[in-house]
Amino acid sequence: MDAVLEARGITKRFPGTVALDAVDFTLARGEVHALLGENGAGKSTLIKCLTGAYARDGGTVLLDGRPVAPRSTADAQALGIGTVYQEVNLLPNLTVAENLMLGREPRRLGLTDRRGAGREAARLLADYDLDIDVTRPLDAYSVAVQQIVAIARAVSLSDKVLILDEPTASLDAAEVERLFGILRRLRGRGLAIVFISHFLDQVYAIADRLTVLRNGRNVGGGPAAGVDRLALVNMMLGHDLAQAETGHRARAPDDGPPAAQFRDFGRSGRVEPFDLTIRKGEIVGLAGLLGSGRTEMAEAIFGIDGSDSGTAEVGGTARRLDSPRAAIRAGMGFCPEDRKTDGIVADLGVRENMMLALQARRGWTRPVARREQDRMVADYIRRLDIRTPHAEKRVGELSGGNQQKVILARWLLMNPGFLILDEPTRGIDVGAHAEIIRVIEELCDRGMSLLVISSELDELAAYSDRVIVMRDRRQVAELAGAAVSTGAIVAAIAAAPQQRTAP
Amino acid sequence: MNARLLPFVVTCGIFVLAYGLAWLQFPAILSTRVIGNLLTDNAYLGIVAVGMTVVILSGGIDLSVGAVIAFSGVFIGVMLRDTGLHPYAVFVLLLLITTLFGLAMGAVIHLLEMPPFIVTLAGMFMARGAAYVLSIDSIPIRHPAIEAIQSAYWLMPGKGRLTLIAGLMLLTVAAVTLLIHRSPFGTRVMAVGGDARTARLLGVDVGRTTVAVYGLSGFCAGLAGVVFAVYTSAGYSLATVGTELDAIAAVVIGGTLLTGGSGFVPGTLVGVLIMGLIQTYIVFDGTLSSWWTKIVIGMLLFGFVALQKGLVQLRSRKGGGRRRARRQSAQGRAAA
Ligand SMILES: Nc1ncnc2c1ncn2[C@@H]1O[C@H](COP(=O)(O)OP(=O)(O)OP(=O)(O)O)[C@@H](O)[C@H]1O
Ligand SMILES: [Mg+2]
Repeated sequence: MDAVLEARGITKRFPGTVALDAVDFTLARGEVHALLGENGAGKSTLIKCLTGAYARDGGTVLLDGRPVAPRSTADAQALGIGTVYQEVNLLPNLTVAENLMLGREPRRLGLTDRRGAGREAARLLADYDLDIDVTRPLDAYSVAVQQIVAIARAVSLSDKVLILDEPTASLDAAEVERLFGILRRLRGRGLAIVFISHFLDQVYAIADRLTVLRNGRNVGGGPAAGVDRLALVNMMLGHDLAQAETGHRARAPDDGPPAAQFRDFGRSGRVEPFDLTIRKGEIVGLAGLLGSGRTEMAEAIFGIDGSDSGTAEVGGTARRLDSPRAAIRAGMGFCPEDRKTDGIVADLGVRENMMLALQARRGWTRPVARREQDRMVADYIRRLDIRTPHAEKRVGELSGGNQQKVILARWLLMNPGFLILDEPTRGIDVGAHAEIIRVIEELCDRGMSLLVISSELDELAAYSDRVIVMRDRRQVAELAGAAVSTGAIVAAIAAAPQQRTAP
Repeated sequence: MNARLLPFVVTCGIFVLAYGLAWLQFPAILSTRVIGNLLTDNAYLGIVAVGMTVVILSGGIDLSVGAVIAFSGVFIGVMLRDTGLHPYAVFVLLLLITTLFGLAMGAVIHLLEMPPFIVTLAGMFMARGAAYVLSIDSIPIRHPAIEAIQSAYWLMPGKGRLTLIAGLMLLTVAAVTLLIHRSPFGTRVMAVGGDARTARLLGVDVGRTTVAVYGLSGFCAGLAGVVFAVYTSAGYSLATVGTELDAIAAVVIGGTLLTGGSGFVPGTLVGVLIMGLIQTYIVFDGTLSSWWTKIVIGMLLFGFVALQKGLVQLRSRKGGGRRRARRQSAQGRAAA
């Protein structure tokens, strides 16, 4: 095997944790190498040690047989290693072109040659089918576009090695396919690619070889074709995955009072008016492609953008949901999609982050007793299997997936009457998936109503009582009872747009 | 139009409007004479505010600049009085000292990961203290070379005088504008101000950028000190108390976000001119107390912060700038 990058005995310690314990990792020329493991296994830490973002405590790294020790990501870039780090994409306040060319701007008389930079940036994006204006600020574009720009930047920086840490988290199926097309082409040119993901389908679609980390150790791997799915999951978890429930959740239809009812509710320019009724204890799934209006609908319901038509009734009383505060007061909760910007307070501890929503609803004059807090927090750390040495650890120091679990716990322990979850299992490993679904179902059995947005249709089909399908900012289908299945959802999403009837 | 330039355009609009209103009342205010004086009187503030703009764009703050200006005046006065050095040599020496002082503060901020507010506050006390140590009294600054600078001007059409120090200020604005908005270094400053952690992972040398930014601010403060010394012909350790706050106000009125990563350097010049215009109006009026300047500036500051918030919201309504708006709503949620 023709090794490009060879890491031996990489060790990294954080106060209270050994994140990497003598990990060996070999990357061959012209392969896509998947790096797998549970949340907190050490995948991102390994990447950061290899690329100089963290100083390693031990071990050697050979690039083309020569020892290297990048001290910063700039060093790694100079060595031909391009990286997209998990959740750290680009700088939204700079233009697309500035982001792409940062650190290697073409110059003229010492100043940036902006015309040249724009041309070069457009060239870098040419392969990605993006029709965007590179002179506009990055934050004018959707998260998915930003993600692709980040990947394009990393690709253009990597002569030898390209590292992608959960790059597909916010891409839809078509964009993932396009990315894979590009990765295959780069692989053909001899580039070595590291691909981290919790989507096993994607891993099997693209990876040639696998390496599995568990608790900071390399516990095995090999050619992707030689490791079947079950063996892989067992290797990641270190034990068998409890048989996940299959098929539809069996529950008697509830004809009790509706928990929330929306009539002709909408916000112009964001989501067209819709009717929605959610009964007590019911789980309603919201499916559709990225940009189909799923998130916008949730945000309108939670009062983030305010609505400009229709009425809302929560818990039997009419409400004006014009701000998140009003929504929280009405007994609602919302766990957003983009945890980096919307949820986590990185400098606070796990306990404080989890208590935020509940405490906010009670008001700051009635603090939750510390004993009670500790009990609730410990309970959710156990139930969601959050990997943290103790409840006071800074959330910013947890792994990406564990941060997501903390936010989820924040809303679950508040136990609102009506909860909205936007992509609750994104970035969460296979083992914890099942746990989270079990907790969700348990809460609904106790009377909570739930609206879940998810791109993982199998999962959505498994626990939803009803599924609403969105397209072009409108509800286009509603599936209920026995009609809820992955196939039916896919069919509804893909169905040809109906002719608009003239008003 | 680029929405990022909107605060700048609004600032310019306010300046023109205010000037127009003043002109209706006092037609004499619209002359190159008044404009020339406006530029000369505010030359030191313009220079120091431009340095402050760069610091704020990088996500920091520099509270030491007012004290550095006072130190500069005293230093120049003492050196001219006690040594035989030519004023130009003294200027170069001074700029070296203030630049090193800024670089040192930047290094402390970066290496010890201390908040810029605290480090530059300490710097403020140190610079002011050093000025006292050199001399408690006001020292006259006289020298043929300095008188030559004072009397150098270019006669504008309409008999207005564009003095050398006003020209120096305009030159500084132009140079720093190029540096920030047209050079790779400027992109790094914006990157660090936008999100230092991400910038580091994208390969930006955050440490070097931070140190350079405070060095630049130190240089600007020194240059402002030279201009102030020439302008007042004196060095006094109690001078320019609170100038750092005037500079910060000019930066904010000029449309730069206090949180860093977004702004436009020429906006700061307009901010300075708006502040100068209020002062001039009060002089023309003759009955108003000059403290009205402070009150109007306070109201303007409020207005601008509100305006910027409004703009961000407007943009999020239109779908652009969605992330930022959502971040705000998340904060709202956390605070709810
Ligand atoms: N900056 C840090 N300070 C302290 N501990 C850290 C820091 N970064 C990571 N850790 C710890 O190191 C361990 C490995 O984290 P890492 O981010 O590498 O996990 P991961 O495999 O990428 O997980 P995920 O799938 O959730 O992204 C975790 O226990 C985490 O808490
Ligand atoms: Mg990770």
